[in-house]
Amino acid sequence: MNDEILDWGIRELQRRLESAEVSAVEVLEAYQEQIAIQEPEVDAFLSLDLEAARRRASYQDERRARGERLGRLAGVPVVLKDNLCTINFPTTAASKILDGWVPPYNATVVDRLDEEDAIVLGKTNLDEFAMGSSTENSAFKITRNPHDLDRVPGGSSGGSAAAVASRMALAGLGSDTGGSIRQPAALTGIVGLKPTYGRVSRYGLLAFASSLDQIGPLAASVEDTALVAECIMGHDPRDATSLQEAPPQLLGSLSQGVQGIRIGVVTNLIEAANPEVQAGVEAAIQALARAGAIVEEVALKELAYGLAAYYVVAPAEASSNLARYDGVRYGLREPGVTVEEMMIATRTKGFGPEVKRRIMLGTYALSAGYYDAFYVTAQRVRTFVREAFARAYVSFDLLIAPTSPTTAFRIGERSNDPVEMYRSDVCTIPSNLSGDPAISVPAGVDADGLPIGVQLLGPALSEQVLFRAAFVIEEGLH
Amino acid sequence: MTYRIDQADVAHIAKLARLSLSDDEIDSYQNSLSRILEVIDVMNSEDLSGFAPMDHPLETVNLLREDLVVPGLDRAEVLEAAPSAEDNYFRVPRILGSS
Repeated sequence: MNDEILDWGIRELQRRLESAEVSAVEVLEAYQEQIAIQEPEVDAFLSLDLEAARRRASYQDERRARGERLGRLAGVPVVLKDNLCTINFPTTAASKILDGWVPPYNATVVDRLDEEDAIVLGKTNLDEFAMGSSTENSAFKITRNPHDLDRVPGGSSGGSAAAVASRMALAGLGSDTGGSIRQPAALTGIVGLKPTYGRVSRYGLLAFASSLDQIGPLAASVEDTALVAECIMGHDPRDATSLQEAPPQLLGSLSQGVQGIRIGVVTNLIEAANPEVQAGVEAAIQALARAGAIVEEVALKELAYGLAAYYVVAPAEASSNLARYDGVRYGLREPGVTVEEMMIATRTKGFGPEVKRRIMLGTYALSAGYYDAFYVTAQRVRTFVREAFARAYVSFDLLIAPTSPTTAFRIGERSNDPVEMYRSDVCTIPSNLSGDPAISVPAGVDADGLPIGVQLLGPALSEQVLFRAAFVIEEGLH
Repeated sequence: MTYRIDQADVAHIAKLARLSLSDDEIDSYQNSLSRILEVIDVMNSEDLSGFAPMDHPLETVNLLREDLVVPGLDRAEVLEAAPSAEDNYFRVPRILGSS
């Protein structure tokens, strides 16, 4: 029975709960058993509270028995990346500087999941402050890829991805600044969406690079990802950058297909990937073509400048955002005779090596005499990239590319070479620079059985058609 | 333009960022930052003067809201999370003067 429960997607689970075929507590127990088996190997969680989850499930069963109508995520076990503020769990961003801190408020997305009666199991591991592509930069633990425990799950939302991929949760939330939802989704064989900038409120997301950060869902199927996306999107007065547009209806149009949809194959991003990943992307392209999409090649050479611009903009914004961790209001404080000595001691002890590297890079880029050469030039590159996308979207509805140039790499393989690690994000960074949505969908496995991810990119607010195409790929490759 | 960064630069940046680095760390960051700056230098291979700096991913307008008093965070709860607090204030080591 338990294995069968783990097979159900969100809507299947809802039907069975509604027909009283299964209770929320039974569902929770199935996931609890799976966590007991998987978590010692995968190490996805930074905090886990199954007792609280059980109480919530039990309360839902009582409400249902009374005839109450529950939310769209009732009984659904979910996990949250540990850079989302939660009043019921510590929130660390996988950094010693916040070790043990319990926020006095919930992120808006956490409240929204709560309103839909999701059952939060715990908080998941990440690269410290979401800075990384492997989840190896966590101050607390290394999360392993469930498909091969010697390999990374990708990052920075590697804990949420690994938890969903090992069926310890039905869905997870992550954040994506340069690919941190899509790349781990690809490397663990699940679906991950970076919505249009502003679709999802960032209130309560510990900021990394505010003009690039966006929260989004990870789940095993396109349908589950769409459902969670619908639940978290929408304007929030507490995030001034959140869009006023009504959130899109994704589930209803999921099976409308791609007949006549024009899809551009981004040749230069495909060339950046290894041959097995290229073959996976090709299979996805064939699935779309069989379903009636019009597929043509397009080269977007401008995207080659994205990586450079990203490694100016993201560290620059991070150096400013992370100035708040000064030992005054929350988190770690190390002793110091003067306030400045206290702040230096606190930051030196609290931040890990990659976070320090990025803070220094950003500080340099913003320092007197360098601001124009770095930050302003990088912001010009963003316009350059965005205009290249805009030209492509005259001829195409969507673009297709790999999510990651490779499948999951070995733990330790890139951790001593930041530039090599940064290149992991070369296919995902352009969408963050332009603010456009993109989704990663599984596209088979390589010779070692490691998942390959294919990425669909669209213009701002195109989530509906993105999901239709993602659904076609998912159906076509099964 | 190629950016070079020496050990004095690294020490200066660390100071600005309120970080203290050992000599070994300065050495290591000089290496890695220099390599990253080479990657960043790719930006300068294109004449971008015709492209305005992008300051927001999307066309947006200012949002106005009613100027209403709404509850904020609970003061006691916030101070509870502080490393040190006294009389409704965050307490820090001395800022001015010598002891």
